[in-house]
Amino acid sequence: MALAVENGRRMFDYWLTVYKRTWKGTMISSFLLPMLYLAAMGIGLGSFVDSNGTGALGGVSYLQFIAPGLLASTALQIAVGEATYPVMSGLKWQKFYHSMIATPLRPADVVYGQLGFIAFRVLSSCTVFLVIIALFGGLKSPLGVLGLPVSLLVGMAVASPIAAYATTLENDSGFAMVFRFGVVPAFLFSGAFFPVSQLPNWIEWLAYVSPLWHAVDLSRSLSLGTVNPWLALGNLVYLLAWFLVGTWLAVRGFTKRLIG
Amino acid sequence: MATIAARVLPVPVRLGGGRHLVERNFLLYRRSWVVFLSGFFEPVFYLLSIGVGVAQLVGSFTLSDGTTIAYAAFVAPAMLASSAMNGAIFDSTYNIFFRMKYAKLYDSILATPLRPWDVATGEVTWALLRGAIYSAMFIVVMLIMGLITSWWALLALPASVLIGFAFAGAGMALTTFMRSWQDFEFVQLAIMPMFLFSATFYPVETYPGAIRWLVEITPLYQGVVLERAFSTGNVSWSLVVNALYLAAMGTFGMYVASRRLGKLLLK
Repeated sequence: MALAVENGRRMFDYWLTVYKRTWKGTMISSFLLPMLYLAAMGIGLGSFVDSNGTGALGGVSYLQFIAPGLLASTALQIAVGEATYPVMSGLKWQKFYHSMIATPLRPADVVYGQLGFIAFRVLSSCTVFLVIIALFGGLKSPLGVLGLPVSLLVGMAVASPIAAYATTLENDSGFAMVFRFGVVPAFLFSGAFFPVSQLPNWIEWLAYVSPLWHAVDLSRSLSLGTVNPWLALGNLVYLLAWFLVGTWLAVRGFTKRLIG
Repeated sequence: MATIAARVLPVPVRLGGGRHLVERNFLLYRRSWVVFLSGFFEPVFYLLSIGVGVAQLVGSFTLSDGTTIAYAAFVAPAMLASSAMNGAIFDSTYNIFFRMKYAKLYDSILATPLRPWDVATGEVTWALLRGAIYSAMFIVVMLIMGLITSWWALLALPASVLIGFAFAGAGMALTTFMRSWQDFEFVQLAIMPMFLFSATFYPVETYPGAIRWLVEITPLYQGVVLERAFSTGNVSWSLVVNALYLAAMGTFGMYVASRRLGKLLLK
């Protein structure tokens, strides 16, 4: 156990060193784009929604309605981005994972280090975004700050199974499918922009399957102060299950791909 | 079949060098047509989410000239224009950069009788063909959803090809200046604000003076104006200006791209 932690830390250290050289490029996609979404949808479109009456949203402004949803969606997008191309690169293009396991590091350590770095990316980006949301007046209750751990959890819940999926691919065209049929629909239909109860019944059920809906629901109920403890517990358990099963699959996938 | 057609069609030799590149891309994508077709779904998902889901929150929309329009009918033409932009930009930046820097495709091509101008026209033609397929499918979706209210919509397809031409030309020209993948963040930086603010989700009159002016000079705004006019039938002569803007942008981009390609590769 102590060894796994130590090895995982060393792996994380590697990612941090790389990130120190490339962080500038990520500023645009991690902070600026979610901010622009907040401005365009929350404020621009929001003025039309608010003037139409916000009964369907439970009486809050559209900005306050979508802000927690956008936070969770940002976490999801960053996590998926970091679990797809960088993993493929380590396995196939630059093959740095192969160099790593030539040291005392084991495939499981590689997975923990990689997931640790993704956690760091999600947490740092979402912290800044949360501050921006608060400045825009997007948080209704101070409990909305708890959207941060929720975002971290949804990030990990999707990063781990996708990293596992990446180990099964021969080229990156599978990722196009993940984005087009996973990330984009999840972003658009997980209740971030409108209540999922407006969807046709069968799509509504698909939304409940998506981990993002659970994060959006939880983080919104915290921010609006409408938490139902049992539902919240359900959300947490569901997200945690994705993370644990995903991590197990990822360790299996990495071991298989790296050692054979 | 299309491969044979590309070979036997009587295209003038001096003009049609680019068709070989189109044929090459066709052969390449024949094996991954699922990925190819899946590009069509993104704008449809946006249309369903914003145009149907959010629409219930917005209600119907009253434009500045007093006409009332269903929100989905307002958003749909903007999605059509945006997806033409996105597709053209993706093809002309990421794909071209990869082919230029990693696959060294153009080095090989220029070792044949093909010239840089053929590369530029070939890649842009391919991007336009691909975009036209997506747009045509999207227009059918609009038709089925009852979002098209005028016969002018027949011009929506050529308009989206024109938008694709403008962005493919510009994208290709910019790609020749890119140094690494990091520079592509700047492409995002240009594309995303246009997607969000070019009168796509709400009318341009929402903005105060200076910002409104800034929005109105963006190329995507020109495209949105064209598509919205054609899908609603609210057509006027001023659209010629929007169309000329896009045509000029594409032509200038292609000229720069072929000049730069020649400089970069024929040393």
